[in-house]
Amino acid sequence: MRLTLGPLQYFWPRDRILAFYAGAARWPLDVIYLGETVCSKRRELRTGDWLQLAAEIADQGREVVLSSLALLEAESELATLERLADNGRFRVEANDMSAVQLLRQRGLPFVGGPTLNVYNHVALQLLCEDGLERLVLGVEQGRAVIDEFRATGIKLPELELIAWGRLPLAFSARCFTARALDLAKDDCGFRCIDYPDGLPLETREGEPLLTVNGVQVQSSGLCDLGPEIAELDAAGVDLLRIYPQAEGMAETVSRFREAVDSKTARPRVGSTNGYWYGAPGVGGINPPR
Amino acid sequence: MYLVCPAGNLPALKAAVDGGADAVYLGFRDQTNARAFPGLNFTEADLVAGVAYAHARGRKVYIALNTYPGPARLAGWQAAVDRAAENRADAIICADMGVLDYACRHHPDLSRHLSVQGSATTHAALRYYRERFGIARAVLPRVLSIQQVERICHQDVVPVEVFAFGSLCIMVEGRCQLSSYLTGEGPNRHGACSPARFVRWEEGADGTRSVRLNGRLIDGFAPEEPTGYPTVCKGRYVVGGEVLHALEEPTSLNTLELLPRLEAAGVAAVKIEGRQRGQAYVTAVTRVWRAALDRLQRQPQQWRLDESWQRDLARLAEGRQTTLGPYHRSWH
Repeated sequence: MRLTLGPLQYFWPRDRILAFYAGAARWPLDVIYLGETVCSKRRELRTGDWLQLAAEIADQGREVVLSSLALLEAESELATLERLADNGRFRVEANDMSAVQLLRQRGLPFVGGPTLNVYNHVALQLLCEDGLERLVLGVEQGRAVIDEFRATGIKLPELELIAWGRLPLAFSARCFTARALDLAKDDCGFRCIDYPDGLPLETREGEPLLTVNGVQVQSSGLCDLGPEIAELDAAGVDLLRIYPQAEGMAETVSRFREAVDSKTARPRVGSTNGYWYGAPGVGGINPPR
Repeated sequence: MYLVCPAGNLPALKAAVDGGADAVYLGFRDQTNARAFPGLNFTEADLVAGVAYAHARGRKVYIALNTYPGPARLAGWQAAVDRAAENRADAIICADMGVLDYACRHHPDLSRHLSVQGSATTHAALRYYRERFGIARAVLPRVLSIQQVERICHQDVVPVEVFAFGSLCIMVEGRCQLSSYLTGEGPNRHGACSPARFVRWEEGADGTRSVRLNGRLIDGFAPEEPTGYPTVCKGRYVVGGEVLHALEEPTSLNTLELLPRLEAAGVAAVKIEGRQRGQAYVTAVTRVWRAALDRLQRQPQQWRLDESWQRDLARLAEGRQTTLGPYHRSWH
């Protein structure tokens, strides 16, 4: 299995982003996804900066993929998408059907991101006809769907699975960080930059439940499939995705690298990802029907 | 503009038709649609009767097949497409590409509408579904501002249907895993957000009430405080030390005042949410929107809101509050 670094989901200051990727380029990763997937107002790095960073990292021998926005609303966002599609060098991770359409029109191969809603083999085959070469499984998909994909006998593209980090659970037109701070979205002051790991949301009993990250809602827990490494390998997962979090990324990457290379489980550092087992993502089991 | 109204059962369908709906949308009694609640939806016999009732009065019936089946379940969804065609549905409302592809190949004459669950928010995404599956209409997610809706209509890729009234999803439809994350079941795969079997109400001795979803506390209410159907997005939580409706309040979308603008933009149809609501809701909401659309037809220049319409709609709204929601920039 190969190891990938998923796109940065948070809004960090420019210097922090550049320092992070300067380090990441030296970590034992196979693929690095770059770009803004959550909010187009986040412009510490502009599209041109991301493209330049992509070139620098690729020149150090890493595969680079340009990730695109999950929710597009404005024409300007489509224009950015066109720029990514026309970059001439790197594949794009399509996180919305808008991206699939632009890439398909250009006859360009692409990576299907986790928000594309590919739930069955026919949808997958159609996207493969469109140029999909790798699919990042949706957050709620686990071992069962991979087995079912295989049982259909279709030629599968590469399959990538989210193995570590906070799960991206929902997207909205509303900015929940701005809402929590009682700010209007149009006058948000880019305050999500103050929360490099998102803003925790707890129940009124003090139980961590979710994480607010601008227009995105994530899981509270850092989901860790380290203990399931051998199962992931046996299921035929080709790539494991590690999402950037604010702290300890070098250690996380090396821990996964060792686990993948030795095909042996590592003790869980974060939370269970129940989705792998067909359970609720948060873990635990369902009551009987 | 077409008025598209919800029907969770046969009496609701008749109420919608009698109230002046141009089309009624409904689902089968299984997980093929996004309101797969116990006791709701249409048996084969009800469907036959409902289609006959609507068609006899010149109205349309759309069947929602808008959930996402995995590989092993896809055949069941394809069979549902066959049933829709056999029962003379005027259109099916779908999101999954496997379902759309099957409908395209096997029932090319059955109109295909892209469901809101398809998450298409740009003309590029709409073009994909039109070119790939020949969709005749698309329902836009409840995330776009009125200006963005106008721009999409201006592109004229495919006729557009927008949500006009009803319960408001705060997240992009088709991209929300909050229910799934806590319960393992959500709209995409199971056709239900916050399924009832995971909901547990608790009443304190002092009259306070709290509600849990699969064990997690999602809201608490003072005595006499009105309660709505508990979903993760409409609960109250602690963020930054404060208790708030961190994602959304229990409120309903009401775009009645935007009606002339939606018409001018070229919106093809307005949709009323609420297949889970009863016959009385369908009757009242359909009548208000029919009256508003008729007045717009008769007096496009002099159209004005009737205060009684807004009162009637607010009475039926979740939490008795309505909002222009995403159509209005300040909501974001």
